[in-house]
Amino acid sequence: MNFIARWFPYILSGVSVGGQYALIAIGYTMVYGILRLINFAHGDIFMAAGIMMIYLSAVMPLGGAVLLVLLLTMFLGFSVDRIAYKPLRSAPRMSVMISAIGVSYLIQNTVAYLTGGLTKQFVEIPWISDTVTILGASTKRVTLITPALTIVLVVALVFLINRTKVGMGMRAVSRDFETSLLMGIRINSVISITFIIGSFLAAVGSILYFTNYTGVTYTSGAMPGLKAFVAAVFGGIGSIPGAVVGAFVIGICETLLKGMGLTAFSDAFTFALLVVILVLKPTGLFGENIKEKV
Amino acid sequence: MLEIKDLCVDYGGIHALSGISMTVPDGKIVTMVGSNGAGKSTTLRTISGLVKAKSGSVKADGRELLGLPINKVLEAGIAQVPEGRRVFSNLTVLENLRSGAYLRRDKDGIEEDIRWIYSLFPILKERYWQPAGTLSGGEQQMLAVGRGLMSRPRVLMLDEPSLGLAPLVVQGIFSIIKEINKRGVTILLIEQNANMALKIADYAYVLETGRISIEGPGAALLDDDRVKEAYLGKYRG
Ligand SMILES: Nc1ncnc2c1ncn2[C@@H]1O[C@H](COP(=O)(O)OP(=O)(O)OP(=O)(O)O)[C@@H](O)[C@H]1O
Ligand SMILES: [Mg+2]
Repeated sequence: MNFIARWFPYILSGVSVGGQYALIAIGYTMVYGILRLINFAHGDIFMAAGIMMIYLSAVMPLGGAVLLVLLLTMFLGFSVDRIAYKPLRSAPRMSVMISAIGVSYLIQNTVAYLTGGLTKQFVEIPWISDTVTILGASTKRVTLITPALTIVLVVALVFLINRTKVGMGMRAVSRDFETSLLMGIRINSVISITFIIGSFLAAVGSILYFTNYTGVTYTSGAMPGLKAFVAAVFGGIGSIPGAVVGAFVIGICETLLKGMGLTAFSDAFTFALLVVILVLKPTGLFGENIKEKV
Repeated sequence: MLEIKDLCVDYGGIHALSGISMTVPDGKIVTMVGSNGAGKSTTLRTISGLVKAKSGSVKADGRELLGLPINKVLEAGIAQVPEGRRVFSNLTVLENLRSGAYLRRDKDGIEEDIRWIYSLFPILKERYWQPAGTLSGGEQQMLAVGRGLMSRPRVLMLDEPSLGLAPLVVQGIFSIIKEINKRGVTILLIEQNANMALKIADYAYVLETGRISIEGPGAALLDDDRVKEAYLGKYRG
């Protein structure tokens, strides 16, 4: 009992952090699945959602701000693809990668310029920021909402991908561009939808994530972005269940390490995990050996 | 009717097609034979819009197809079964068939066509839930043909459907191509297996390094000495 009382709060918060990582990791893994591209700008899109939330909630009711943040983030993801990646569809993969790094810095610097490089205080969202007590552990309500919401969104996403026509299109495009074109599938629409979904989830993750922290600055996307990326690789990049499992594993391990007083090592652990998985099973937990696309 | 006139295609300055002209009349089976690298796939890929032509024209019932996006060519009733089958290995057999009908909205018509394809290839019905990647080569080719039919094309273009298949399987596929044609689908068949292709073709073209060297009714080409020597040697017997 004592043991549970000691560790339960950490597991609780680990599950919550895991949920946040999962919401970001899905964007990495979906874009990789379809374009074989690591979208380095994804963490910055996540950060931009947090910044937009701060600015918008200052000028409108919270509900409106959340809605607008979701829409604007989706539009941002869509535009990044259309402007920076689409013209490079048939270019070597390295060119797209460099373009992604460029977009990442562009978003960071734009935000640095707008905020003057300062850390902005994140919005206090009532109800989800309230403190609740569960099994003797007290925590913010968002800690409980995050994993639940994550699961709901993941189930909806898996349904979309496996049971709908557009989902079938996504799976077809992820395997073979040219044959998809021959079937009349408009691959650019399918790719846009992928970016829009990934950015939507990142925006949800962003609002939940920053509720737990005090502020957002232009580099705030880097660490969670990197952790989510490791989660996606750990789970097998391209696989959505893999990304979700990877994210929860990393989130829980990190907070448990913090609970043991090893806070200084919690980040190191995540990256050590990356090294270990890349050495032992480079395709990740659920990854498949996908043939290079022609 | 599909009419190709003086079609030229370059790949970065290298001529793949140097002005070919051919006609595919409605309801017929037309075949194009030629050896590796002759430009057969390039011809189909250009018609479908995957490759840009340098000059020439491709008309379907008088309407220019060159320059149209790929999905518009498909909507004009021209479907392609690509070389090497290219089924979506991660989709089930049934999903692969449905992917062929991606542009269609008529649910009942789609179900009807799936039933028709199952009757042409009963093995696909048996395996409908299986990921296409787990099918044998012959079954994948059947699936690729079925998927091509799912857009309800007026013209079905097939790029080397016999590639890498055992003679018995090839015979099965060719007899089904004839059956599809009897149902009113015009066929443009590309083959290296000239013997089989010429036997079922109403009209045939021989392509050599980007030019049409010989043309005529399928039966006539089977008897042509030049064709015999260059393309039928190893199949004779
Ligand atoms: N994407 C490309 N870039 C450059 N050259 C190409 C490309 N595709 C085809 N070629 C060249 O164009 C010529 C015709 O190729 P094509 O694929 O049309 O031949 P084919 O008749 O279909 O041959 P096979 O029977 O081997 O399939 C070849 O010399 C080939 O090397
Ligand atoms: Mg070819």
